[in-house]
Amino acid sequence: MLLRGSHVFAEAAVRAGCRFYFGYPITPQNELTEYMANALASLPDGVFIQAESELAAINMVIGVSMAGKRAMTSSSSPGISLKQEGISFLSAMELPAVIINTMRGGPGLGNIAAAQGDYLQATRGGGHGDYRTIVLAPGSGQEMADFTRMAFEYADRYRIPVIILGDGMMSQMMEPVEFPDPIDPKSLPPKPWVLDGAKDRPSRIIKSLILDTSAMEEHNWKLFRKYEMIEKEISQVELFLTDDARLVVIAYGTASRITKGAIKRVREMGLKVGLMSPKTLWPFPKRFLLEMSRVVTDFLVFEMSTGQMLEDVKLSLEGRRRIHFYGRPGGIISTPDEIAKVINNIYFKEGLETEG
Amino acid sequence: MLIKTVFSGFGGQGVLMMGYILAVSAMREGMQVTYLPAYGAEVRGGTANCTVSISDEDIASPVASSPDYVIALNNPSLIRFEGQIKTKGTIFLNSDLIDINPEREDIEVFKIPANTLAKNIGSERAMNMIMLGAFASKAKITSIDSLMNGLTEVIKTKSKKQVEINRKGLEMGAKYVLKGE
Repeated sequence: MLLRGSHVFAEAAVRAGCRFYFGYPITPQNELTEYMANALASLPDGVFIQAESELAAINMVIGVSMAGKRAMTSSSSPGISLKQEGISFLSAMELPAVIINTMRGGPGLGNIAAAQGDYLQATRGGGHGDYRTIVLAPGSGQEMADFTRMAFEYADRYRIPVIILGDGMMSQMMEPVEFPDPIDPKSLPPKPWVLDGAKDRPSRIIKSLILDTSAMEEHNWKLFRKYEMIEKEISQVELFLTDDARLVVIAYGTASRITKGAIKRVREMGLKVGLMSPKTLWPFPKRFLLEMSRVVTDFLVFEMSTGQMLEDVKLSLEGRRRIHFYGRPGGIISTPDEIAKVINNIYFKEGLETEG
Repeated sequence: MLIKTVFSGFGGQGVLMMGYILAVSAMREGMQVTYLPAYGAEVRGGTANCTVSISDEDIASPVASSPDYVIALNNPSLIRFEGQIKTKGTIFLNSDLIDINPEREDIEVFKIPANTLAKNIGSERAMNMIMLGAFASKAKITSIDSLMNGLTEVIKTKSKKQVEINRKGLEMGAKYVLKGE
């Protein structure tokens, strides 16, 4: 099927067994909400609500998640900022949820073009308190479909909110996509912790107010251990032509596909350059990068921001290798030729053509 | 192979539909495609454009900074995209609505009186199909039959008459540029 990105997210969510969607309009992701309105209205168990605000929408997600069902909300940068309180609460109460952020230029209202300025917000928790959320970064229509399915699975498996970072261009662009078979929500395994009426069983409590400091500390460490486990289990990268690479570009989402085009161009000129594209931004795929840094001396981080993932790359490599950066913030979409020039400059400046 | 085509005109002229039909047709022929509509704070009656990229391998960027083909349906489209076309690229102009001449000499220009031709086959609304047919016969990415398959998949109409008018439009456009009139 040839579908626009917003519709891919929506269709994939429905097929993942999501029957509860709460949204509030914001460009450039309104088509997602529009698609959900139609899709869920035509299902007997579907619930679609256009909430009165972003805050209301994320709190509706909290309610559904407590009751054990798969729920999703989506927005774009400024709207995601408004949802952060709810995401912090979801994290505290260990509730699964899927939140899609179609990033646009910012800060503030910014513009409606594609940008990647919300990386730090997404990967550092984003709201208040000591928590992390899983962050997935699809780079194509097909990955938007696959990662949405994966997001719901991770959310349930780890009882954690999962954020998918798209952007204004991916939402509007149409690409061919093949969807996985739909999941019947009734076939999903029961969750033993949900609030669905305490008849014939002891009551359960899900809350985020923990006034006892020792209990709060214990809860923080429990979350921390969960995050450690997630870091071990799910970090993911895509590698493209890295086997003989002397320079490896690190880019995600739209930036990664542009980089692929650039690499094809420089490869034609004989430059040994590859791409490492993180598919999980949190957990950041540190061990893949460390592994690669045993043979690769130069890394180029390319982002549609002034340098945010760059921090994770620096933290991972701890000064061991040369790290270069190229960024275009504000909604500018670089051409593959532009990135090819940047690669070319670094490659020859560092003398990589003469090595080994 | 990587071919980038920009369709541009007024909102309502069927600009996005042309690109969409081309993208679906190429996808059905097993090619990699991306379709990117221009997305801004657009207004009714304002300009609309979309970019279709077609390739036999993964497409890096769906944006066309220098398109191979431009299909321009009005003056603002010609002014905006003439400078961006690749050297030796091609522009198709709807000469019924475009009264200025391209200045570049390193591109091929086809002028098609698409509104007139569409009127002759019975519906001025088939103007976009005339232009699409003209483009297809020169670009040779997809055949007219393949575009027809794409069209019936996209417009989902049950009216045989509508389908027929659109087919006639595609064929008329193709015939017009091939005859070199």
